[in-house]
Amino acid sequence: MSEIWRYLETNGDDVLTALVQHIWLALLPVAIAFVLALPLGALVHRYVPARHIALTAGSVIYTVPSLALLLLLPGILGTSVLDPINVVIALTLYSLALLVRTTADGLDAVDTTVLQAATAMGYRPVRRWFTVQLPLAMPVILTGLRVATVANVSMVSIAALIGIGGLGQLFTRGFQLGFYLPPIIIGLVLSVALAVIADVLIVALQRGLTPWARAGAR
Amino acid sequence: MIEFEGVTKRYPDGTVAVDDLSLTVDTGQITVLVGPSGCGKTTALRMINRMIEPSSGRILIDGDDVTSRPEAQLRREIGYVIQGAGLFPHRTVLDNVATVPILQGSSRREARTSALDLLERVGLAADLGERYPAQLSGGQQQRVGVARALAADPPVLLMDEPFSAVDPVVRDDLQQELLRLQGELGKTIVLVTHDIDEAIRLGDKVAVFAQRARLAQFAPPADLLAAPADDFVASLVGRDRGFRGLGFADGSSVALTPIDHGVDGLTLEVDHDGRPLGWRGSDGLLPTEGTFSDGANLRTVTDLVILSPAGAAIRVDAEGRADGLVLLADLAGSVRSQQRERLAALASAEEAG
Repeated sequence: MSEIWRYLETNGDDVLTALVQHIWLALLPVAIAFVLALPLGALVHRYVPARHIALTAGSVIYTVPSLALLLLLPGILGTSVLDPINVVIALTLYSLALLVRTTADGLDAVDTTVLQAATAMGYRPVRRWFTVQLPLAMPVILTGLRVATVANVSMVSIAALIGIGGLGQLFTRGFQLGFYLPPIIIGLVLSVALAVIADVLIVALQRGLTPWARAGAR
Repeated sequence: MIEFEGVTKRYPDGTVAVDDLSLTVDTGQITVLVGPSGCGKTTALRMINRMIEPSSGRILIDGDDVTSRPEAQLRREIGYVIQGAGLFPHRTVLDNVATVPILQGSSRREARTSALDLLERVGLAADLGERYPAQLSGGQQQRVGVARALAADPPVLLMDEPFSAVDPVVRDDLQQELLRLQGELGKTIVLVTHDIDEAIRLGDKVAVFAQRARLAQFAPPADLLAAPADDFVASLVGRDRGFRGLGFADGSSVALTPIDHGVDGLTLEVDHDGRPLGWRGSDGLLPTEGTFSDGANLRTVTDLVILSPAGAAIRVDAEGRADGLVLLADLAGSVRSQQRERLAALASAEEAG
């Protein structure tokens, strides 16, 4: 235990930098994927051919090992291997594969009677989408967002293997120092804590945005 | 007035849902479209507010073609009650009811205030206003659905199987409530149902649809019961149509007999105020099994005659004093002559038409 404290005293700044970078690298892709998933999910929900393409593409992306993807991307994009943009793009692809699917599922789950009623009340399509359809799909979409966020927090650690920052660097350092435990434990605790905090925040967001979703379950 | 002029709906796959329908719906009345499932009645209803566009023909509301205005604007001026209520689960009851006024540009506060009045109007407690639809019973949800459709005070109300998702007791309540509301509001209502009893109960006029929205008969419910146009209508109307038809006939048309007239050895005994006590005979006092007053229909009177041990229904005045008897023979004569009159009227109307 004291070793851990000593490590933090001498390397505190490094750990903090790694943590901040980890947060960025994990959450930025989820945010980008979330914004992109809304129109793509709507497309998949609406057009059957788009559904097959999207679901196949999603499965293919998931079968590519993350390390391989991180090494492939610089070749495809022409970026430097050490550029964090590779990690952002790789994780955006993973998140997108998940979120497009849950967004489409969320939209599918909306009761068509309710949508017909909205149309019959005199909603125009755009207003209907933003004020009826999307809010009603939110419980499912946010559940997907939880999974994607937690998955990203753990996956960012891989980035350290190709020399990019984040808490994963603490693991690689521990191994380089002959399985020296303090940085490994610190990295582990921080990434678990980060995943838990992110999850709790999204659940809080979910409760705030969709109070009605719990109304029926009395 | 809503007019269907040669309206046809043909889908791209060749299915014809509605084939050359012409029908006029009167202002301020309840017109019921009834028929088996798949007969095109819902399609016909949804063409009125352009949820479905006809392939040919036109629909006019008070002389104006429904296609002459933008869809959304048209729909905001036509109330719509959908099967199973179709409330917005993510909005409270008040916000659901306030939907159309807000779409029309009212402020949320204003719309919610008038929504509160509407809740009361459809028989819901004001404290339900802040609940979500999932916290209401099916019957309550359906009432909210009606309130939401009425919120912008539209002259026309379309109702698509509004009461089919609730149990029979609640349905009975809701039907009664609709008739009461209609008495106050006098909207032009088009209601779709597959339940002929509901059609007969609610409709001022009933349009019986066969497949492809072929109009098998379009008539007031009493005529439907008295003289079904063909076997299809007769089978839809079902059994006991003669007896059910008496519900639309006036009970006060039957000749009355003085109350001191004895029947089959039984005489009516009344208390010192003149209220009926029972039938006095050699076996003692037998129950009256009920009375009727002015305004009762012939079905009620007939039922009392059947139940009475003397075969005579007792009429009472406003104070409950017996003031006349309807005897079985007079009842039978009256029923017979009313049916003959109705058939004669229908025949002459057919000749004229």
